[in-house]
Amino acid sequence: MFIENEVFLIFRKGQVLQIKIVHTIAILVIFTNSMVIPQSIGSYAKENNKLSISCGAVGIELKLCNAAVEIWSKNNGVKVEIIPTPNSSAERMAMYQQILANQSNDIDIMQVDVVWPRLLSAHTIDLHEYDPDAGKGHFREIIQNNTVDDKLLALPWWTELGLLYYRKDLLKKYHFSLPSTWEEMRTTAKAIMEKERAAGNRNIWGYVWQGRNYEGLTCNALEWLVSYGGGTIVDNDGKSTINNQQAVKALQMAASWIGDITPKGVLNYDEEESRGVFQSGNAVFMRNWSYAWALLQSKDSPVRDKVGVVVLPKGGANGNHTSTLGGWNLSVSKYSKNPRLAVDLVKFLTNPAQQKLRAMYAYNPTYPQLYEDTELLEINPFFSIIKQALSKAVFRPSARVDEYYNRLSYQFWSAIHNILSGEKDPGFALLRLENSLNHIKRHHGRL
Amino acid sequence: MEKRLKSEDKKLSYQKRKGYCAWLLLLPMLVGLLIVAVWPLSYTFFYAFTDASLSTLSNYTFIGFDNFWVNDKGYWYGLVADPLWWHSVWNTIVFAIGSVAIEILLGTIIALVMHTKFIGCSLFRAAMLIPWTIPTVVSAKIWTWMLHDQYGLINYLLIKLRLIANPIAWLADHNFTMLTVILVDSWKTSPFVAMLILAGLQMLPNDCYEAAKVDGIHPIKVFFGITLPLIRPALTVAVLFRLLEALRVFDVVYIMTGNAESTMTMSVYARQNLVDFQDLGYGSAASTMLFIVIFFIIVLCLAMMRADVMKEVR
Repeated sequence: MFIENEVFLIFRKGQVLQIKIVHTIAILVIFTNSMVIPQSIGSYAKENNKLSISCGAVGIELKLCNAAVEIWSKNNGVKVEIIPTPNSSAERMAMYQQILANQSNDIDIMQVDVVWPRLLSAHTIDLHEYDPDAGKGHFREIIQNNTVDDKLLALPWWTELGLLYYRKDLLKKYHFSLPSTWEEMRTTAKAIMEKERAAGNRNIWGYVWQGRNYEGLTCNALEWLVSYGGGTIVDNDGKSTINNQQAVKALQMAASWIGDITPKGVLNYDEEESRGVFQSGNAVFMRNWSYAWALLQSKDSPVRDKVGVVVLPKGGANGNHTSTLGGWNLSVSKYSKNPRLAVDLVKFLTNPAQQKLRAMYAYNPTYPQLYEDTELLEINPFFSIIKQALSKAVFRPSARVDEYYNRLSYQFWSAIHNILSGEKDPGFALLRLENSLNHIKRHHGRL
Repeated sequence: MEKRLKSEDKKLSYQKRKGYCAWLLLLPMLVGLLIVAVWPLSYTFFYAFTDASLSTLSNYTFIGFDNFWVNDKGYWYGLVADPLWWHSVWNTIVFAIGSVAIEILLGTIIALVMHTKFIGCSLFRAAMLIPWTIPTVVSAKIWTWMLHDQYGLINYLLIKLRLIANPIAWLADHNFTMLTVILVDSWKTSPFVAMLILAGLQMLPNDCYEAAKVDGIHPIKVFFGITLPLIRPALTVAVLFRLLEALRVFDVVYIMTGNAESTMTMSVYARQNLVDFQDLGYGSAASTMLFIVIFFIIVLCLAMMRADVMKEVR
């Protein structure tokens, strides 16, 4: 009996304990619930008021981006996080792809290259959905480039284009006028180079550009092709037009520069390496993007005030002046939680007032009206050249081919690199290139 | 009799228990490997048979071996039919053999120098490891600048020494690119090889050398007759380690010459297809082939080494 009692007591004790535990848990649940609910509202509200934007960090890009974003952030009471991205555009693309493939909302607004809108089209929103007027006033060609299947996927931020930089002082010293064709450029470059070398400047070269195995070579080579009327790699249907006499001529000319007026090392130069050679005073001419101007004219530059800039030469007397269009745009990710706010920020950053501010730092606006702006023209006489070049600029065929632009560009620049390094004859290389381009088209980007 | 059997039984079960215990202790590591190695690797194998694209990851169809080879209107396409793939396999093999040979040679010489006692030798030993400790991204970039044809230090020195008349475009001239990349890689990894060999050297018994000294044998003969056979295990480990790394080389090549065909290795090829072309299927197929090629080469090497050792034993 005693034992039974004991057991009973223990049993009761256990029951009491059980009840106690249940109570505690219930209280805890209620307590934590009451804590969790306001917290989740808080974080939801916070999330709702937070954006993240990726800005490039080349030169003063990041500073300008910071300043502009801060203004918008204060006016709208929205916190904006700026995410730094790699300088190399290929690495930047890789980073975006990793984030977007996971459908992550880590980045709301992305800074995208002019050749990317189609590549990223599966992950970016149609800006017209949020604002039917978006894109009005910008250069029509850029808006067209950024429009895929009638969807506006990116707003232009600034534009870049290829230009010919030259040494004013050297041209004057040896009484040469500005070349208007590639042939004239070559004779001028060679003559000045030889005379300067004879005068003791042993390291000088005639012409530097971008010949590395990368997208930049596609831009350079496209300019040669178009200047000779050799087409733009593929036609509107994505079919190859590369195998023609004018293209062969253009590439023969470029290949003949190497070792003659251009150092062989150009085959591994990117923009900054060719600027390094030119800025240290070791080249008469240079092809580079418009960004180089501000740097060449900076205080510590050895060629400050000795540099002029002009549109790229024509291919022969009947050729065209042209330049490849580059530049950057802003897109909004499909996975953003606040697309409306993001679109608003994009519109703010790309508006004429902001672009005018950036134009002071040689970031070329994407509004034709700003090229008439007297204030800007006064500060930057270089602007009239840009305007002239813009009217003759060409796009890379990224909008005309589907997702396989990168593969096409790779095939193109590899073939060009083989021609330039003398490994392959231009005619033969272009014939092979045509086959592989058409093959890529047939297989929709598969080899 | 019965008793003895019983005790043997017990012994066996003890052995068994020991085995179970070992497996139990290994389990966390096995699970870790499963998560970080087997799982992603099998994912790669899986994608190799699809046409998945990086931009639309969830949308793919199985296409069998089409990524490897496919016949379309009489033409062969796919990895096996792509000359660039075989070119990059060839490049990888050239790189691996070239860099490993130079590294073993340099590493042995450095290790022999390190093995002798001289004033400040410990300082020297520490300093030797500097190239190995610098991240490849940094050292490759430094070398790229030093090798620049216009403002690079190397060309400047060579011209000053009158060894060459005009600067050489080390990273642009396709005659030099592969050699340059191999040399830069050797600069970085020779110290590692030297360390492995030095460890081997320091384990050697002194009596052989004393005997050789008493007999008055020439140092070169001593090296080939005593030192080299004795440090062979260390050398074998060094060769295997380096070969494995050299066959999957990516960083030094990609930083110095990018996607250039003249130095494109299998890893660079796979990355280009995966990332630049967004072709997850084809890129995975290339990664799978990379795995198979490395596996094949390593098995071949191991078999050769084993045969060598067996011969010795006999």
